Amino acid sequence: MKKLMLGNEAVARGAYEAGVTVATAYPGTPSTEITECIAKYDEIYSEWSPNEKVALEVAAGAAIVGARAICSMKHVGLNVAADPLFTASYTGVNGGLIIMVADDPGMHSSQNEQDSRNYARASKTPLLEPADSQECKDFIEIAFQISEDFDTPVIVRLTTRVAHSQSIVELKARKEFQLKDYCKNPAKNVMMPAMARKRHLEVEKRMAALADFAVNTELNQIQWGSKEIGVITSGIAYQYAREALGDVSYLKLGMVHPLPEKLIRQFAKEVKTLYVIEELEPFIEDQVKKMGLPVIGKELLPVTGELTTQLIKEKILGIKTNPKPLFAEPVPVRPPVMCPGCPHRGMFYVLKKLGLTVSGDIGCYTLGALPPVESIDTCICMGASIGAAHGMEKARGRQFGAKTVAIIGDSTFIHSGITGLIDIVYNKGNSTVIILDNSITGMTGHQHNPASGFTIKGEPTKQVDLINLAKAVGVNRVQVADPFAVDEFEKIVREETAAEEPSVIISQRPCALLKQVKYQGPLMIDQERCKKCKMCLKIACPAIVDQGDSVQINADLCLGCELCTHLCKFDAIMKAGDQQ
Amino acid sequence: MTDLKIMIVGVGGQGTLLASRVLGNLALKAGSDVKVSEVHGMSQRGGSVVTYVKFGKKVYSPLIEKGEADLILAFEKLEAFRWVDYLKPDGKLIVNDQRLDPMPVITGKAKYPPSIISRLQEKIPQTVAVDALAIAKECGNIKAANVVLLGLVAKTSAIAKETWLEAISEVVPAKALEVNLKAFEAGYNI
Repeated sequence: MKKLMLGNEAVARGAYEAGVTVATAYPGTPSTEITECIAKYDEIYSEWSPNEKVALEVAAGAAIVGARAICSMKHVGLNVAADPLFTASYTGVNGGLIIMVADDPGMHSSQNEQDSRNYARASKTPLLEPADSQECKDFIEIAFQISEDFDTPVIVRLTTRVAHSQSIVELKARKEFQLKDYCKNPAKNVMMPAMARKRHLEVEKRMAALADFAVNTELNQIQWGSKEIGVITSGIAYQYAREALGDVSYLKLGMVHPLPEKLIRQFAKEVKTLYVIEELEPFIEDQVKKMGLPVIGKELLPVTGELTTQLIKEKILGIKTNPKPLFAEPVPVRPPVMCPGCPHRGMFYVLKKLGLTVSGDIGCYTLGALPPVESIDTCICMGASIGAAHGMEKARGRQFGAKTVAIIGDSTFIHSGITGLIDIVYNKGNSTVIILDNSITGMTGHQHNPASGFTIKGEPTKQVDLINLAKAVGVNRVQVADPFAVDEFEKIVREETAAEEPSVIISQRPCALLKQVKYQGPLMIDQERCKKCKMCLKIACPAIVDQGDSVQINADLCLGCELCTHLCKFDAIMKAGDQQ
Repeated sequence: MTDLKIMIVGVGGQGTLLASRVLGNLALKAGSDVKVSEVHGMSQRGGSVVTYVKFGKKVYSPLIEKGEADLILAFEKLEAFRWVDYLKPDGKLIVNDQRLDPMPVITGKAKYPPSIISRLQEKIPQTVAVDALAIAKECGNIKAANVVLLGLVAKTSAIAKETWLEAISEVVPAKALEVNLKAFEAGYNI
């Protein structure tokens, strides 16, 4: 049967067909749909883990005792999971272990543009890279075989355009995977110095064996065409190159680490000019150069952003195809915005009003850095808001600290914010941490988390009690506040930032996109009462529009959350139809 | 089937993803190779979004480049204006006559370009403008504006109407199907 599938969905199908029984992940664009789709298969235990490190540890444990396990994350998640990765490479597996990592060249939804292929090299782990949805599915079975045959975790790397493109996939039936026998084996599975030294030798032998395997595997294919140009490429870059250059010769790598040196030399010998076409870092190119082969790559193609077919045509064939723009005038940009009804909006209104330094974090609320809210000062990585706020106070003193808050989402707090909070308490800081409890993981499209009270399959479970958690680590001052009750919220923020001890404010209101959230329906502005003071525009709601001579509410967008009514001093905003 | 490159452009939340999935499913039914490239995550939050749908004997890159699109289906006027250079010289443009102000316009930092539709019509003879939102409202749900626009595409496509209906039925959630089929008919009969 043929089906049109996202790359991520095809990975999930591949896991199903390969008999996977344990799947773990922390959501992150562009990887999230892998585990969302896996969760639909009843045969597979799946979970949203608190963070990627835990996710990989769960999967590694499952593999050690004999199951096939898969663990998925976005590129920056692999930084969090790097600790178990480097040592799981030493222990090896028993049942197969796949680490799915989705890179985001062009940073469509990310804070950096790191190239995860470097992790494969650094952790001495093989890495496969599919180029379309069919390969996404097929490579999973192959990766499990490699994992089990060579006793190693295998990284399968996607990039946004593979993860989030749909193409046609031929489906197969699931093959059940019999749990492999598990025997206690500390020499292999307990990594203390004496054991780890021996295992490192095994790892080096394994990589040598994998380098031989790479030469003969069908994952790496030469497609002969005109030998004037030879292109070594992989993943989505192959698709761009194929479309741009047509019938030249390609060495398409499905296995990018370790590289098939013999095959590369054979290919290089046959072609007149050798190119490496790859996105981001010169990962393949540097190694080909180290082989002493003349090759052209990053002197023509950028290390930043995505490649395109046109760019390759231009740089390699010298063909410029950019047509003249139809209109000369600049088009206003449309950056992403917080949705109408978003609970974060009320909080940002208060933080901006108080002129606080805001140590930000990763989530929808990072949008609070953009105009006109422009409230957030910093955003580094998941969980960083809390540690950074503490560092700001330690560096500039208590007075600065009293004008600083950390803001962090509920899911992000559990991911890696809690350790920062412990640091503040333990090291005698005074910072105020605002946890944005919107009952869901928002930005990645509504995944449950330990604070939401439901599992990935929607089953009720124990819910982390954020109030008692904060108290248990030693925070005496914990308050819950509704971000839409702006006056009360402001009062609480003033109190807590002034307090000479750590404090936590739980800003509680569910995400407006959740099904159970029902507001009363669109509001309108009574134009006779409106004095055009434009207070309501300060909250940057996309439903409130300044039309020059009047301010209007777009009834197609407005949910009726009433945040703006709290700000209007002239009672000009009311439910549509209520006008007297 | 001949090569066909369609872009769906709009604002995050307008239902462009569903429309692209219907088109992808349609290609599969027509026995064509197909790739559909989507955008998820941050830019979906009310930002400018674009999805690419490519039909053909064999599709490599999932993306469409400037000057290549046979058809641009714009869910919002400013987005049509933004992406119009992706249309090939004799390409077709279908524009939903809806205005959604982006944040720089809301805050007064930028102006929403005036008379977008008439200016597009001047430069691109094959421009069709329609108030899909009003039609969707009449059908019972403004969210079905995306399917109204698909109806309009279907009317001039070489693929049988029945195949379109099948493709929609398989992609749209069951409870919203009735409204969406009504919306499709309305678009088809414009």
